[in-house]
Amino acid sequence: MPTKIEKDAVTGTDTTGHEWDGIKELNTPLPKWWLYTFYATILWALGYFVLYPAWPGLSGHTAGVLGWTMRGEISESLAQAAAAQAPFVNRIGAASLEDIAKSTDLRNFAIAGGRSVFAVNCAPCHGAGAAGSKGFPNLVDDNWIWGGTLDDIHTTIQNGIRNSNPDSRIAQMPRFGADKILDAKQIDDVAEYVLSLSRRSRNAAAVERGAVVFSENCEACHLQGGVGNPEMGAPSLAANIWLYGGDKATLVETITNSRAGAMPAWSERLDAARIKMLTVYVHALGGGK
Amino acid sequence: MRWAAANETARGAKDVTKMDGGVAQGPAHTPEIDSAVSIKTQKAAMPLYASRIKVHPKNVSGIYRNIKWAMLAACLAVYYIAPWLRWDRGSFAPNQAILIDLPGRRAYFFFLEIWPQEVYFLTGILVLAAFGLFLATALFGRIWCGYACPQTVWTDLFMLVERWIEGDRNARIRLDAAPASLGKFAKRTAKHASWIVLSLATGGACILFFGDAPTLLAELFTGRASASEYFFVGLFATTTYVLAGFAREQVCTYMCPWPRFQSAMLDDRSYVVTYEDWRGEPRGRLAKRPDGSDPFVGRGDCVDCNACVATCPTGIDIRDGQQLECIGCGLCIDACNAVMDKVGRPRSLIRFDTLDNQRARAEGGKPVHRLIRARTVLYAVLLVIVGSIMLVGVVLRSTVELTVQRDRNPLFVRLVDGSVRNAYTVHVLNKTHAQRDYTLTLEDLPGARLSMVGGDGAADRLVLSAKPDQVASYRVFVTLPDGASTKHESTHIEFKLRAADGRDQAERETVFIAPPQ
Ligand code: SF4
Ligand code: SF4
Repeated sequence: MPTKIEKDAVTGTDTTGHEWDGIKELNTPLPKWWLYTFYATILWALGYFVLYPAWPGLSGHTAGVLGWTMRGEISESLAQAAAAQAPFVNRIGAASLEDIAKSTDLRNFAIAGGRSVFAVNCAPCHGAGAAGSKGFPNLVDDNWIWGGTLDDIHTTIQNGIRNSNPDSRIAQMPRFGADKILDAKQIDDVAEYVLSLSRRSRNAAAVERGAVVFSENCEACHLQGGVGNPEMGAPSLAANIWLYGGDKATLVETITNSRAGAMPAWSERLDAARIKMLTVYVHALGGGK
Repeated sequence: MRWAAANETARGAKDVTKMDGGVAQGPAHTPEIDSAVSIKTQKAAMPLYASRIKVHPKNVSGIYRNIKWAMLAACLAVYYIAPWLRWDRGSFAPNQAILIDLPGRRAYFFFLEIWPQEVYFLTGILVLAAFGLFLATALFGRIWCGYACPQTVWTDLFMLVERWIEGDRNARIRLDAAPASLGKFAKRTAKHASWIVLSLATGGACILFFGDAPTLLAELFTGRASASEYFFVGLFATTTYVLAGFAREQVCTYMCPWPRFQSAMLDDRSYVVTYEDWRGEPRGRLAKRPDGSDPFVGRGDCVDCNACVATCPTGIDIRDGQQLECIGCGLCIDACNAVMDKVGRPRSLIRFDTLDNQRARAEGGKPVHRLIRARTVLYAVLLVIVGSIMLVGVVLRSTVELTVQRDRNPLFVRLVDGSVRNAYTVHVLNKTHAQRDYTLTLEDLPGARLSMVGGDGAADRLVLSAKPDQVASYRVFVTLPDGASTKHESTHIEFKLRAADGRDQAERETVFIAPPQ
């Protein structure tokens, strides 16, 4: 197709010789600055090939003279962050929980650190706001199954509940129905009694019968009036705050088959300072005793 | 309209449109382009891109040049002295009078201290500056451009250095044309070296506004300043070097938006640099008449000496009328006055005058000076209004602020005793330079109790303390006892914060959420 290369009168530039419907294409040279920048980028790329990881091979890639890796970069910044936190983290490690909670500086650091540890490790079960859900306790309220003091919370986080750790907190409620300790009628009565503890029963006769069943079977752990016993991990039945639900059907189900939620022993996964920070954070959510 | 038309007069195109209207056109001293056809032909042949014609402004002396020197000295003095001024703010805030503390997120201006959420003060200052500029322009044309703009000041400074080293206009033109030689090389080196020193001094001073000036300066010279500080010194030095050394008038003509819309502020009664067309034309070289009669009889006063063009820092000919390029520096006035003195004609052939007056003078009428006009009054009123708002804002500026963030997850918590609790993150901004205690109380929620993390139990008021010039954060719980129920699921409440000494206070509205009963 190229026909005739000619000089364009207006610009003084040659045409490429291409012509479409009378429109001719100018062979305008590339601007110098552009061309040299382009050459410079080529040189840059060559230098880059040599200095940095560049070419893929069958079992890896060229490593580059500088030995730079992205992994190295991140571990460096992680190490830097850890070094920056070290003074505080060390103080946390050395201080008692009470001292941390009392010192404004340490407490603020622990709460901030604890918040991030919580978000990574605890939020999947307890929720991002720590309000829990069915089977996973709410940590924001002041109702504690295993106790809400700093030490209680620390032990719970450290050792967990019903897990394979030798120090794990263990409590096992009998399966009153499934193991035929109580019959259906007694379970119904005792459920009615439990409802009455939070002023929600209308069946006075059943409550009276259930009270007897309760004192014989439940009071040992849940104590008189169902106030609960954190020593044994026996929840309060009077607070109208329920881990699995407080309606009668759920209560009957709980009494019949028992419940056995579990929690990992975090000492197996987190270091001591982080567990302390987590403890202070959970304690400061609002329900700490 | 006249302004817009005049501004379109393209530089390099020799179509001498001039001010239209009453001003008398000179005779056809460029007859070859008088017909519309020839102008068109000229335009068609004009390339789309015209490379810059280097301007070699000639030195001049006179009243406007003196004003310009004075302004140059004043602007540089402000720029270099300002970061060294001190202002005592006590031991908890820097004592630099003008400081933008980016890491600390504060801006200090003498008595004023601006926190990030108060940037509206900055907006106010910018609005004030804008209206001030509008007013000055409506009154006196481009005096900002001609005398105070950093581009003008630094270009002038660089030209001064250039003149010292390479000589005045003619010497510089000769030097440019001269073949390479040791002498030329020496002069060029000296010039650029001085420029670079000036640029570095400019860039260096710029960052002094962003840190403690004495410390920063010591660090800069001992190599202990941070990489970003050196970067910004380098950046501002480079821009100074390029803009004041090379780009010069092109910044005003092509880069700056201000010349493009300043015509909106001007009218025919604004004072601008004008050429008295009616008196100057027909221009011509001064020649003795054979009969010895007055050589100016029957011709204009302009002796076509080109002094006005030679001295113009933007390289234009003011005799062509109002032009976009003219920065209103008045140097051509000085140049022409000197010439008029020499040839014994009245001064002010080029003068600061209004277009209306020029027309009046041309018709033999009396010039009128009217500074008070609708637009100047409007700008002045706006200036006063914004200024007053700013003043009130500064005077009433509270030294304490309160922000409250409600916990949204969970919305509320029911406690063992049946009470309902909401949690809030409360920020107390202590803008004073002393440690202060504040009392936090709650309105609109009878029976509610307040408590906080790190506090000792529930009460109806909390004492929150904040360090000097700091934000203190507290996690505050509001607990509503069982039975003291709210009417609605969501109740409007208001936190009140009062300084312990009772002077300053702040409020913040939020809501309290309780489960439906
Ligand atoms: S300096 Fe005055 S006399 Fe000389 S050319 Fe300019 S206007 Fe004419
Ligand atoms: S024409 Fe005169 S006032 Fe305008 S920029 Fe040139 S010298 Fe300055």
